[in-house]
Amino acid sequence: MLRIHDLRVSVAGKEILQGINLEINPGETHAIMGPNGSGKSTLASVLAGRADYEVLGGEVSFMGKDLLDLAPEDRAREGLFLAFQYPVEIPGVSNANFLKAAVNEVRKYRGQEPLDAMEFLALMKDKAKLVEMDPSMLSRSLNEGFSGGEKKRNEIFQMAMLEPVLAILDETDSGLDIDALRIVAEGVNKLQNEHRSVVLITHYQRLLNYIVPDHVHVLYKGRIVKSGGKELALELEEKGYDWIKNEVAQAAV
Amino acid sequence: MKTTTESTDLRSKFAAEFEVIESGMNGGSKSHIHSIRRAAIEQFTVLGFPTIRNEEWKYTNVQSLVNRNYVLSFRHEAVLDRAAIEPFLLDSLNAYVLVFVNGFFCETLSSLPAVQGKIVVGSLAASQQAYGMVIREHFAQHADYSSDAFTALNTAFAHDGAFVWVPDGQVLDRPVHIVSVADARSSDVFAQPRHLIVLGKNSQARFVETSGTVGEHMGFQNGATEIYVGEDAVAEYYRVQDSGGQSALVNTLNVHQEQSSTFTTVTATLDGLFVRNNVNILLNGERAEAHLNGLYLPTASQHVDNHTLVDHAKPNCNSNELYKGVLDGNATGVFNGKVLVRPDAQKTNAFQSNRNVLLSETASINSKPQLEIFADDVKCSHGATIGQLDEEALFYLRARGLGEDRAKALLLYAFASDVLDTIALAPLREHLEIRVAQRLHKDF
Repeated sequence: MLRIHDLRVSVAGKEILQGINLEINPGETHAIMGPNGSGKSTLASVLAGRADYEVLGGEVSFMGKDLLDLAPEDRAREGLFLAFQYPVEIPGVSNANFLKAAVNEVRKYRGQEPLDAMEFLALMKDKAKLVEMDPSMLSRSLNEGFSGGEKKRNEIFQMAMLEPVLAILDETDSGLDIDALRIVAEGVNKLQNEHRSVVLITHYQRLLNYIVPDHVHVLYKGRIVKSGGKELALELEEKGYDWIKNEVAQAAV
Repeated sequence: MKTTTESTDLRSKFAAEFEVIESGMNGGSKSHIHSIRRAAIEQFTVLGFPTIRNEEWKYTNVQSLVNRNYVLSFRHEAVLDRAAIEPFLLDSLNAYVLVFVNGFFCETLSSLPAVQGKIVVGSLAASQQAYGMVIREHFAQHADYSSDAFTALNTAFAHDGAFVWVPDGQVLDRPVHIVSVADARSSDVFAQPRHLIVLGKNSQARFVETSGTVGEHMGFQNGATEIYVGEDAVAEYYRVQDSGGQSALVNTLNVHQEQSSTFTTVTATLDGLFVRNNVNILLNGERAEAHLNGLYLPTASQHVDNHTLVDHAKPNCNSNELYKGVLDGNATGVFNGKVLVRPDAQKTNAFQSNRNVLLSETASINSKPQLEIFADDVKCSHGATIGQLDEEALFYLRARGLGEDRAKALLLYAFASDVLDTIALAPLREHLEIRVAQRLHKDF
C-alpha cells in the first residue's frame, strides 16, 4: 500500500530525513518511535504533502501512485489521512459544513454519489459515537475553543468520516490524559480492519498499550535505525533511547 | 432642467450652479435652511476638493474623479423604470422603500406606509412645510460642513433625500430602505442625496441604504446622512454598496447619540470603482453604545476607503468596531479609525479592530488606528492586521480532501462572516451571505 524508498528530505536547507525505507501492507499497524528531533513529524508532514519540505531524493508510492506527485487534497482523496499533532482552529467554518464538503469531495473522487443532508447527518451521528463526541461540537467552529483532548478526538472523528486506507497519527497521544487517550485509542481500534493500515507516530510507549502495533520502528537522526515487533516498544520504555543512540554511535566507528 | 457648462473646473461649476439655483428661488432664498446652504457653499469654495496633502485624504486621491465633466443634476428629470433599479431593491426586506434618482425622490418607484401615522417616512423636500420645526432643529447640526469639503458641498446643495421622523416612544414596524441611484445612462452625473433621520426618545427603527449607478457613464454620488438617536432609542443603519459599473461614492454618515441609546451600523462594500465611507459617531450622553462594522471586498482597480470617528464625549459609553477587508487584483484600501475620548468620558470602553487579507501581490491597504485619549479611567484597545490566508489552515483543509480553490474560498468566507454575523436584520444578512459567497466563489 505504502512503499518508501530512500526518502531524503530537507527543511530550510537542513537534511532532516536521510534515507527512509519503509513498507506498509494493508491491515498492518506500524509504530514509529524516536527521540525528539529525530524526524518523525517531518515524515508525517511530507507524506501528507505539507509545503516547506524539499524532497532531495527517493520515492514514495501509495496505492500504486507516485505520492510525491500528488497535491495534498489528492493524497487525501486517494485515502491518506493525517491526524495532526496540532489541529488548526478555524473560526467561522463549522465542523459539520467542513466535513460535509470534505466527505463529498472524497466521494466524488472515488466516483460515488454525494451524500445528501439527511444521509450525512445520520453518518455523522453514527461516527461521533465512536469517539464519544458531544453532538454540539459538530455545529461549532472547527476546533475553535476545543480542549486538547477534544481536538484529538475530532481528528479521529474526521478519520472515521473520511474512511482512509492509511491513517497516520502524528503524536495523537501527546497531551492527552488517560481517559482521553483511552477514548481516542478505542476509536482507532474500532476503525481498524484488514484493508486499513495505521501508522502511529509517538514518543512514548503508553499509546501502544491501547493500540497494539504489528511493527515498531525507531527513527533516529533521520534514519530508521531499528525495527522489531511490539516488544521493541516495551524495551524502549524500559531502557530509554540512549542505548539506541549508543548502538548507532558504535556502528559509525 | 439639467445644467451643463464647458468648464471642467468642478469647484467653479458648483459655485456658478449655486447662484443659478439661488436666483430661481424667489422667497425661498431667505429661509433658515438656505442660509445654511449659503454658508456651506462659501466654505466649500474656500476648502475646494481635498488633495492628498490633506491628512484625511492622504491615500485617497479624488483629483481624477473630480476633473470630469459631470452633469450636475439638481432637478429630477431622468425617468428610470423598476427594472433599471431592480439590482438595488431587496424585496425580502419587506421594507418601506424610498427611491432617489440623482438625489431626488422618485415617488412612483417608492413604497411608503399606506397611512402616515405619527411616524413620518418620506422625502426631505416634500416634508419641509409640514415638519419644518423638526428639520430646522436637526438639519446640518450633526454633519459638520466647516472642515470637510464633501459635507460642505452636499450641504450647499441639500434639496432632497430621505426624511424619517420617529417620535418619542414609537417603533417603526418595518425597515426603511433608502435606494440611491445615479442615472448615468447618457452622461457622467454628479448627485448629492441628503438624508435626515430623527429618532425620538425610546424609539426604534432600522434602515438599509443601497446605492449605485445605472448606465455606462460615471455616476458620482456625494451623499450625506444625519441621524439623531434620542435617549434610550435603538437604531440600526446598514449600507450596502454593490453596484457594478462606473460608480463613485462619497458617503458620510453622521450620528448623534443621546443617553442610553444604542446604534449599530454595518457598511458592506462588495463592488464599486471608488468608495469613500465616513462614519462619524458622537456619543453625547452617558451609557450610549455604538457598534460600527464593515466589510469590503475590492478587486481589479477598485478603491475603498473607510474613515471612522467615534467621539466619546460623555462617561460610561461603549463603542465596538470591527472592519474586515479582502483585497484582490490591483485593489487599494484605506482604513482610518479614530477614537476620541474626551476628558469627561471616564469609564469609556472602546474597542477597535481592522483585519485585512491581501489575495494578490499588487493589492494594498493602508490601515491606521488613531486613539486620542484624554481621560484616565478607560479601557481602549485597537488592533490592525494585514496578511495572507493562514497557510496552516489552508493545508489542514486540503489534507482533508478540499481542493485549493475551495479551501481558500471557505477560509475567506469564514473571515468575512464575522462581520455579516453582526447584521441583526435577518433578510439582509441572508442576502449578503449569498452575495459574499458569490464574490468569494464559495460554491457550497
